[in-house]
Amino acid sequence: MAILEVSDLKQYFYLQPTFLGKLVGGAKPRIIKAVDGVSFTMQHGEILGVAGESGCGKSTACLAIAKLREPTGGDILYKERNIAEMSKSETRNYRREVQLIFQDPYESLNPRYTVFDSVAEPLRALTDKSKAEIRERTNETIALAGLTPEEYKNRYPHQMSGGERQRVGIAQALVLEPKLVIADEPLSMLDVSIRAGILDLIRDLSKRMNFSCIYISHDLSILSNISERLMIMYLGRIMELGVTRDVITDAHHPYARALIAAVPIPDPAYKRPIPKIRGEVAQPIDPPPGCRFQTRCLQVMDICRDTEPPLKEVKPGHAVACHLY
Amino acid sequence: MILEIENLKTYYKIEKGVVKANDGISLSIKENEVVGLAGESGCGKSTLIRTIIRLVPQSAQVTADKMNFMDQDILAMPEKDFREKILWQGIALVPQSAMNALNPVYRVGDQCTEAISAHTDYDKAECEQIVKRLFDTVGLQAGMMKAYPHEFSGGMRQRAMIAMSLLLSPALVIMDEPTTGLDVLVQERILRSIKEIRQKSESAVSILLITHDISVIAEMSDRIGIMYAGRLMESAESMELFNEPYHPYTLGLKNAFPSIKALDRELISIPGSPPNLIEDIPGCLFAFRCPFVIPECEKTRPPDLEIKPGHMVHCIRTDDVEEFRKLAGDKKTWQSSRSAT
Repeated sequence: MAILEVSDLKQYFYLQPTFLGKLVGGAKPRIIKAVDGVSFTMQHGEILGVAGESGCGKSTACLAIAKLREPTGGDILYKERNIAEMSKSETRNYRREVQLIFQDPYESLNPRYTVFDSVAEPLRALTDKSKAEIRERTNETIALAGLTPEEYKNRYPHQMSGGERQRVGIAQALVLEPKLVIADEPLSMLDVSIRAGILDLIRDLSKRMNFSCIYISHDLSILSNISERLMIMYLGRIMELGVTRDVITDAHHPYARALIAAVPIPDPAYKRPIPKIRGEVAQPIDPPPGCRFQTRCLQVMDICRDTEPPLKEVKPGHAVACHLY
Repeated sequence: MILEIENLKTYYKIEKGVVKANDGISLSIKENEVVGLAGESGCGKSTLIRTIIRLVPQSAQVTADKMNFMDQDILAMPEKDFREKILWQGIALVPQSAMNALNPVYRVGDQCTEAISAHTDYDKAECEQIVKRLFDTVGLQAGMMKAYPHEFSGGMRQRAMIAMSLLLSPALVIMDEPTTGLDVLVQERILRSIKEIRQKSESAVSILLITHDISVIAEMSDRIGIMYAGRLMESAESMELFNEPYHPYTLGLKNAFPSIKALDRELISIPGSPPNLIEDIPGCLFAFRCPFVIPECEKTRPPDLEIKPGHMVHCIRTDDVEEFRKLAGDKKTWQSSRSAT
């Protein structure tokens, strides 16, 4: 049974025209299609990497999955239950089982809470455990995140380094033993030498606690290391989805290929190819019919300009949205 | 030599003591060379840049055995001379927050021509000609000169800043994290612009590239310096640094970095965090995180050893490097360091 099934998820935002525009031309609101028809499924215990440039809708999609914003269209099934139809108590349970790890450990912790309070807060808010149980569970989780509870539990965020803070952020997300964790660029604020430690922690805990993880990042090097499957998005749509190794070594979509070609390699002997792409990221405002990527694609064909390519399998478990295949 | 720095020390005096932000850095940049400096936050990269272009606060104590830019002592030079003769014309800076460095109410082209006319006596047409040529070098259309900064995307603004730094054909351009926070495809375009500068420019340009991203450094630099806690731990030609690293910190960094070309390699982090630069630590500053530490490491400051011509290592245990290279690939080695336990 899949833990999460997202089908045809849409999240639109409306840009109201200016007063003058309404007055003179009767302008209509313009539509930003931040997420436009995203479908995928996730299995239990799987780590799914989501890559894409800024504005591709990766974070917006996850906000809808976390039930923090109501989507414009589409269904999100969590354990075969539509999250839009959940009752209050089901929603409460959903909030326990789906947790977020945030990007910036410098801003996502309450500066007036000690580590213990920060980690214990979800337990206090969403469970009816006794004080002793809360204390035990909190200390356990702090230790699980790689911090010694005796040393850290009474510290405040300003007394810790970025890496330590991010570990607290992880403990906070895991204290309720979630089934699905959404990590939005959890490493981007951290130094290189400690990133590997946090990556290991997430991977290790996902196996031990058996939670699924959606890992969002624009850094393909990191995603290639942590994720089992990789999804590449462009302007609100999935361009390519498959096992990480297949997508990295055998990318099909021209966008995925360009993105992978642009990743610098830590090896001075490596001569990186020039990515085959033109122009810059467009805005997802009133997108033209056809493929989202047509304006930047060097292999664009006539069909791309009027028909949106569906996401279809090129081989088992590896899907591409492109008319070339 | 374009830039020669020997034993540079920049200390900030604060209430609690003295912060040794740069503590004995020696660095030289040759003509037409790209030198990359890599290091974690707080390692003193930005202080080094600020010291070179004299942006450190008055209260900072700067001393150096030598600090020459094209054989002129830029440390002893009066402030006014430095600003009029060296800045922009000799050394230009592409600041870290280049995205926000443009004036939002001026057209980008005007901001560029203004910088030229302030320093030279070219007429308007000549200025525009220079700006146009440089816009072309960094891949911006000449028409964009008439645009305002808000009409530029982040990557285009960064490229405009790079074009701006080149206006007066400086011999040295310092780039502080030029691609941090940008998307990979945008980053790629900027790196390509930087390479094109070197090919297309009429006069030789040296670049001091500062970033925490080892991959970017590896791709761009001829020579690489690894900074840690205000000191240079190792510096060498790029190939040599990657193929024959000596310093345990360099060995650790190499294993900590993911690569899409090595999908199966296990990443190993370096436990612990950099020391507080206020403390007086007599020995090696990396000792606390180093798995190969011996008692001598903590007694005196290691010398800057020249292992081979052009390859400097700040470590006393260079004789055992073969063993270190073997052990550094094993996760257990790093978990044995004191900072891990």
